[in-house]
Amino acid sequence: MIRVQEEDFDVGAEIAALTGGDRSIGAVATFVGLVREMAPVEGETRAIESMTLEHYPGMTEKKLAEIEDEANRRWPLAASLIIHRYGTLSPGERIVFVACASAHRHAAFEACQFLMDWLKTEAPFWKLEATDTGGAWVDARESDDHAVARWTDKPDAAE
Amino acid sequence: MKLLYFAWMRQRIGTSAEDIARPDGVDTVGDLVDWLVARDEGYAKAFEKREVIRAAVNQEYVRFDHPVNDNDEVAFFPPVTGG
Repeated sequence: MIRVQEEDFDVGAEIAALTGGDRSIGAVATFVGLVREMAPVEGETRAIESMTLEHYPGMTEKKLAEIEDEANRRWPLAASLIIHRYGTLSPGERIVFVACASAHRHAAFEACQFLMDWLKTEAPFWKLEATDTGGAWVDARESDDHAVARWTDKPDAAE
Repeated sequence: MKLLYFAWMRQRIGTSAEDIARPDGVDTVGDLVDWLVARDEGYAKAFEKREVIRAAVNQEYVRFDHPVNDNDEVAFFPPVTGG
């Protein structure tokens, strides 16, 4: 399941809903991404007042659904969930949630990491950080490209 | 065709979306970029580092040699930074 939304989410309630009733599930791995209070902006570490996430409605949902399908092809997951927020968020707020449920922990851990690595390089979101000197778009990180390269056989052959 | 721009490309171009008739001689995404860059300085600035810009046709990532058609939705944006 995927959700792209402006509002916050409740991690406990999401996990309970994801696994509810399925007693074959022995493991749930989750990831929560948060807005940091400090970030490097143009080479200097600055205090972040807010972060605004822009996305490409339509393509975002499509790419997230593709990424989730791919995780389900690669690992025996009983359930999975990706929630990604957009709009203006403050430091400490939740941005993204990924949960993978499986009979055993390895599939849950690996699928969760795979989903985050893929999402970082494929989902059309952009972060604008506001500091006391104005706004700056977050640069893509080379380390994210390296992280995703671990998972060979990219489903998106165009890249 | 419908053109969409995101993040700092949107800011440099000054609009998030526009409808245009496919110009003569514009057969690929790369042709479209050449045509846009020649339009004005905002576009030229937005496409300055062409090698980092990502393109999507009908919401699928494509290379710049991908063909474009009259009713396509073509989006241009910087490298993504979600998660």
